[in-house]
Amino acid sequence: MPAAPADSRPTLQDKFELDQTDRRIINRLQDGMPVCDQPYLLVADELGIQEHELLSRLQTMLDNKVLSRFGPMFHAERLGGGLALAAMRIPEDEFDHVAAQVNELPEIAHNYQRTHKFNMWFVIATEQKADVERVVSQIESTTGYPVYNMPKIEEYYVGLRFPV
Amino acid sequence: MNVLTEVQQDRLKAAIQDGLPLTATPYRTLSLQLDLPEPLVMEQIEHWLREGYIKRMGLVVRHHAVGYRSNAMVVWNVADDKVDQVGELLRQADCVTLCYKRRRQLPDWPYNLYCMIHGKSRESVLTQLELLTRQYELQHIPRSILFSNQQFKQTGGHYARRAS
Repeated sequence: MPAAPADSRPTLQDKFELDQTDRRIINRLQDGMPVCDQPYLLVADELGIQEHELLSRLQTMLDNKVLSRFGPMFHAERLGGGLALAAMRIPEDEFDHVAAQVNELPEIAHNYQRTHKFNMWFVIATEQKADVERVVSQIESTTGYPVYNMPKIEEYYVGLRFPV
Repeated sequence: MNVLTEVQQDRLKAAIQDGLPLTATPYRTLSLQLDLPEPLVMEQIEHWLREGYIKRMGLVVRHHAVGYRSNAMVVWNVADDKVDQVGELLRQADCVTLCYKRRRQLPDWPYNLYCMIHGKSRESVLTQLELLTRQYELQHIPRSILFSNQQFKQTGGHYARRAS
């Protein structure tokens, strides 16, 4: 049996309660912000709050890890970087050990344990496209398990958004 | 067009990839920090937005922290001549947050279409999946549902070359 899921333990982010204004800020800024001299003022006006309130709420939500980032969403491939989704089949009792080995690498952007024979799924993000293969080989030689790279052929655009 | 030199572009990317400054005039803050004229900083970023190097300037929520505690990666094994059609259907479903066509890894992994469904609980994710399966008549397509047990690592990717 895996350990108790992380969300059963009280953490900073569990204690932080979003209020209605926080929610409006999140919903508004998931759609993006214009590039101009005082962009926060523009958005604050739209939401009917003060600019300093918007800035301090954003900072608080970043500090409490409700937001992972505020700023540009780069298109990795167009910048010349590499982005790959990869999977591994790891025996249950080896999982934590291998996960630690994989997560050690700075190129690993996300890593999820999933309910399947293919139970480890992670994203490899590299500065250069050619580096993805190097990272794959590195993981295979460090862990002793094969890495299945699942290259993207086509993206059906959705516009990732989480209404709150 | 690019208004900064490649070296200047790399410095600007490195300065913004972890976030836009939370100051009333974020582009002025960057221009002072990098010793570059503010209009050029803004113009370069607008160029990246127009060209799709930056998808948008906005925020990324930690979906877990805002109540989306369950996510499923649903993988489908769709006939090659039907996959684009099914991808176009899936991306329109409100509950689908990402949708990709990926290469199969035969014989171990026959799936070629991936979609993510985020929800407040596993039950709500499964309900949404059943609704969209019926709505788009996808009952005949073999699929597998991979829930995440735990998130081991979530960071933004780092795509900019380090400023030298």
